[in-house]
Amino acid sequence: MAQVTLRKIVKEYEGGVQAVKGIDLDIADHEFVVLVGPSGCGKSTTLRMIAGLEEITSGDIAIGGALVNDIPPRDRDIAMVFQNYALYPHMTVYDNMAFGLMLRKFDKGEIRRRVENAARILDIGMLLDRKPKALSGGQRQRVAMGRAIVRDPKVFLFDEPLSNLDAKLRVQMRTEIKKVHQTVKTTTVYVTHDQIEAMTLADRVVVMNHGVIEQVGPPQELYHHPATKFVAGFIGSPAMNFIPVRLEQGGAALNLELPGGIVLPVPADRTRRYTPHIGRELLFGLRPEHLTEVRPNDHRENMAVFEAVPEVVEPMGMETLLHFWMEGAEICARIDPATPAEPGRGLPLAADMNQMHLIDPKTDRVL
Amino acid sequence: MAADGTLAAGAPRTAGHGRATTLERFARRRSTIAFMMTLPLILVVAGLVAYPAGYGMYLSTLNRRMTENIGFGNFEILFDSDTFWNVAWQSCIFAITAVVLKALIGFWLAHMLHDIPAKGQRKWRGMLLIPWVIPPALSTLGWWWMFDPSYGSINWLFSVVGGPQIPWLGEPWWARASIIIVNVWYGAPFFMIMYLAALKSVPDQLYEAAAIDGATGLQRLRYVTLPMMANIISITVLFSLIVTFANYDIVRVLTNGGPRDLTHVFASYAFQVGILSGNIPRGAAVSLFMFPILAICAFFVLRGVTRRNKEQM
Repeated sequence: MAQVTLRKIVKEYEGGVQAVKGIDLDIADHEFVVLVGPSGCGKSTTLRMIAGLEEITSGDIAIGGALVNDIPPRDRDIAMVFQNYALYPHMTVYDNMAFGLMLRKFDKGEIRRRVENAARILDIGMLLDRKPKALSGGQRQRVAMGRAIVRDPKVFLFDEPLSNLDAKLRVQMRTEIKKVHQTVKTTTVYVTHDQIEAMTLADRVVVMNHGVIEQVGPPQELYHHPATKFVAGFIGSPAMNFIPVRLEQGGAALNLELPGGIVLPVPADRTRRYTPHIGRELLFGLRPEHLTEVRPNDHRENMAVFEAVPEVVEPMGMETLLHFWMEGAEICARIDPATPAEPGRGLPLAADMNQMHLIDPKTDRVL
Repeated sequence: MAADGTLAAGAPRTAGHGRATTLERFARRRSTIAFMMTLPLILVVAGLVAYPAGYGMYLSTLNRRMTENIGFGNFEILFDSDTFWNVAWQSCIFAITAVVLKALIGFWLAHMLHDIPAKGQRKWRGMLLIPWVIPPALSTLGWWWMFDPSYGSINWLFSVVGGPQIPWLGEPWWARASIIIVNVWYGAPFFMIMYLAALKSVPDQLYEAAAIDGATGLQRLRYVTLPMMANIISITVLFSLIVTFANYDIVRVLTNGGPRDLTHVFASYAFQVGILSGNIPRGAAVSLFMFPILAICAFFVLRGVTRRNKEQM
């Protein structure tokens, strides 16, 4: 029983600055939840409030069904992995991992058994006698995770644990963290500003912005059905393209009219959803991967073809990114690397309108 | 362009004057430059430390009239003197007690200051540093008045609350305590400021990790703060031990070694024997006695610092 419940959590700092503005969140037992958002969105503050390192201004936090608002961190039965690892530099790896158990007066045999077990899971058995100084970034990260694992807590809290690692190691450690969670199955709350980390690790992703939760859902749901413009733009790399359009009736169907005269047909299955917004200025959202080269024998429905003149061409190997301007907005398209493209020379592109999003610019909600 | 100019100027010289180039190369070597830059300090240390120390050693081997070399004669006389052993004992008691008290009080003050929000901290830090910035001879004079048994403010305060009247500077143990009190009052702010700097350098996340690991406040102090501050504590204690051991002004102003020479420390006793009694060689011998004691302390403390540095940094 280690679900985590947040009810109307507010964190207000001196001077009235609200870092977290009344969020509600239910994290199920064994679940891996990732809080993601830009710097200053309140994700780390939320994690630190769960840990008990920050006092909550108002609201309730419960761990395993028990209210922990006024319980100090040591009695919350949680373990935390910090961004800069926070290993005790004067202790060996073994002592770092055993410290929490030693304070809780576990007998020495049990401490040894747990430390060796965690060391085996993380493959750091040969490092136990070393001091943190003698470890690489990745090894330190493993030790920090080992320190959390040996405690066998109700909840793991990760505060941007991969931010200090280089790109290659980050990918490797991401897999390690996922493996560890699959092995120990402890409820995990993980904070990151990296949406790829969030998408790859999470059972559910919580997208935060300006101290509020924008959307909670499984990674695929967030990707395909973002609730707001912020989520649509934040999830996915390169980010979603946004173009100002006007929604107009075109016979039985609906059309998106761009100021430059380009008309994009809206798929028929969206007609009912969008009809109330006919005549309004809206934002048309389309991911770069849904804006591709025109393929011969492409029988997909609702493909809108138009010509674009790329300003920048970025060959990435497995794909090529095209950047061009359209109605004052910078647009990115993802095309097959075999398609000939060069800056300044127009080429036809196909927009997969089945994947389109329409956003109300007044509320920033996806319609 | 500058590089071109250097090349053009350097090239003919290389061809024409081989010896000048070697000299030039020697002058350009990093070690030579480093030596030249530290030379002023080396000269100051040599002139004000090494030369007087060497001259002191030479003096300690002379007879009272300084006409004849008597080898270790002065030391032999000192070893047979009860007063000298009393001074050695008093110096050790004074230095160790005062340094321990300064370290404890400084540590406590540093913790108190560290917990004060940054805004108010500067004001308190400034006030607490005052004893350390007043010239000790002057502040000790103030204490001397306060310790006066008949007119001093301390005994007056005791009389107000119905406490005993204490012969602060007239009775040996009270006089020793008075010297220690003044030295602690003067020196604790130095420990405070050093420890405060050390406390500020301990990352907050270590305390947070310890709090989550289950450490109480005292356990955090024992397992995080103290090990993280060990080097600063050692170096500060060593430095203070040297300065306190060699303290002269407080004893000189407060008790002048009395009553019955029982509060003398090495420095004040060396002054008394060497200058006031006119036996400069024996005074030099007294002052030299501090050197081996401090050298042994310094060796062990610095060895510990080096070991910890290797392990942690």
